[in-house]
Amino acid sequence: MEYFAQQVLNGVTLGAIYALIALGYTMVYGIIGMINFAHGDIFMVGGFTALIVFLILVSLFYSVPAAVALLVMTIVAMLLTALWSWLIERVAYRPLRGSFRLAPLITAIGISIVLSNLVQVLQGPRNKPIPPMISQTYEFGGVVLTLKQVVILAVTSALLALFWFLVNKTTLGRAQRACEQDPKMAAMLGIDVDRTISLTFIMGAALAAVAGTMFIMYYGVISFSSGFIPGVKAFTAAVLGGIGSIQGAVLGGLLIGLIEALWSAYFSVDYKDVAAFSILIVVLIFLPSGLLGRADVEKV
Amino acid sequence: MRKRLVPAMAVAALAAFTAGAHADVIIGVGAPITGPNAAFGAQILRGAQQAVDDINAAGGVNGEKLKIAVGDDVSDPKQGISVANKFIADGVKFVVGHYNSGVSIPVSEVLAENGVLEISPASTNPRYTERGLWNTFRMCGRDDQQGIVAGAYLTEHFKDAKIAVVHDKTPYGQGVADETKKALNGAGVHEVMYEGINPGDVDFSVLIAKMKDAGVTVVYYGGLHTEAGLILRQLADQGLKATMMSDDGTVSTEISSIAGDAIDGFTFTFPPDPRNREAAKGAVETFRKAGFEPEAYTLYSYASVQVIAEAAKAANSLDPATVAEEIKKHGIFKTVLGDRSFNEKGDTTNPDYVVYRWKKGEDGKYNYNQLP
Repeated sequence: MEYFAQQVLNGVTLGAIYALIALGYTMVYGIIGMINFAHGDIFMVGGFTALIVFLILVSLFYSVPAAVALLVMTIVAMLLTALWSWLIERVAYRPLRGSFRLAPLITAIGISIVLSNLVQVLQGPRNKPIPPMISQTYEFGGVVLTLKQVVILAVTSALLALFWFLVNKTTLGRAQRACEQDPKMAAMLGIDVDRTISLTFIMGAALAAVAGTMFIMYYGVISFSSGFIPGVKAFTAAVLGGIGSIQGAVLGGLLIGLIEALWSAYFSVDYKDVAAFSILIVVLIFLPSGLLGRADVEKV
Repeated sequence: MRKRLVPAMAVAALAAFTAGAHADVIIGVGAPITGPNAAFGAQILRGAQQAVDDINAAGGVNGEKLKIAVGDDVSDPKQGISVANKFIADGVKFVVGHYNSGVSIPVSEVLAENGVLEISPASTNPRYTERGLWNTFRMCGRDDQQGIVAGAYLTEHFKDAKIAVVHDKTPYGQGVADETKKALNGAGVHEVMYEGINPGDVDFSVLIAKMKDAGVTVVYYGGLHTEAGLILRQLADQGLKATMMSDDGTVSTEISSIAGDAIDGFTFTFPPDPRNREAAKGAVETFRKAGFEPEAYTLYSYASVQVIAEAAKAANSLDPATVAEEIKKHGIFKTVLGDRSFNEKGDTTNPDYVVYRWKKGEDGKYNYNQLP
């Protein structure tokens, strides 16, 4: 029983990181019907920014309380990564908006390569480690909960709540939903569609940057290629949950994390990815638009 | 290919004939004399040269003097092949080389077809001697021989512990892990867990919880330093106090920055420094007197020439095929690396790996040292 609880906890923590990244995929898809393949690398850029901020903090002040360091890392990473994402959208996606559907997809793959190679050139191809920041652990009847896991779960829940509020209760959220349903009509009604799309990219990137910061805090290393696998997993999570659906992305992220953890826990670690993707295939056979996806959404 | 080889062989036969007339035995040294691995090439050349000088000073082999011919492979397989063809044309019968496994492997095929014996002081890839060629030998260890050493160490120190064997599913990592497992099982020790991870994975929390559940206290990992460092770090995070052991793929100072304090006590297998061996004393002094520090592969190269010379003497022949047979069945050779013998494949049967352990030094920094 403790073993099960422990593995569920491990799976949920992993799933929380996937969910944060998956939101970026699903939001962008929801609003412009495009899969932003560069999103995994945006996540990696966020993690790298957090790492650099941490190193600057340590070299300036020698010893920084972990909470302060994490807060500064998260905020700076969110801002800079959002800026990157805005720039990418402006340069690589907006000019192609009227073009055929595959064009932005190709540029997204191009941007993905540009970002990972840029980081490789600037930061070198090796893994960049940071020293362990927080190492407290708590034990509840045989289940070990680390403070890192608490931070990840708390930050993710808080962000998801904030995010839910933004999308459902604010003017910005209403504009977003309007653009999602019918961009032409939204524009006619006085909504600045380009600006709303930019904001969507910014929000997705900020969430990915938080995931990147959590990643570097939890695992302690990052390299230029760190964005690829989490990016693919998060994309899978978004598809599993129903791409375009915000609740779906969160559910999908948690599910992928749990499937990986429980499969490795009771079967073999070798085949955890096989298990996750097999379940994805089975779900898509029976529910082609994912668990919470809306089948009736029609994109032009 | 065949067509081109015929004239090459004709030339080789002619050259061999003339070389015989000169009463010199030419030993070809094929190594990266220039290029990124030039430092190792210099060691190999220097080692072979010194061995030849010493053997000649002691009267040569079967009444004939040894002579060196140098071929620069620049660590490039294509260059290696042209070096081999040049050696063959020059009447070389024995080659000491090459440095890179990637060069040694293709070159050995050309040499085998032309009746030349090759002994590599540095190529550790198992494939080099695994293709059933008659002419391939190596002085250094094999990647998979580490498993034997690691298995023996674990059996000796953790006979009753619960051991987990983990690998990264690559030919290298899984190869080393499987060999260790084999050695453990052979000694009657059975692992409680055998798992493969993906290279590039970062989350090992599930694996570690699994180990915890199985009561694992010793982890053997076959793979490279990044994942090893992460596993160490997460073992500490999860509060699992286990001893971890790994292979020479983890030898990098980067692992200590990934693992942090968790590196303390991490053990791994790696070749020992041959300069510290008793048998190498005289040779090391000679090198130092000449102003050359016999690092890394120098002594391996020296020993390669010794093995050829000793086998030729014992077989009373300078025919490469006869010498090759002799090396395989000769038993112990007294070399600067200590006592060495060879098996049917041409590998040295004295696994050349020892155990090192990471420990905090007095300056507060972590470093690794060979265990006594």
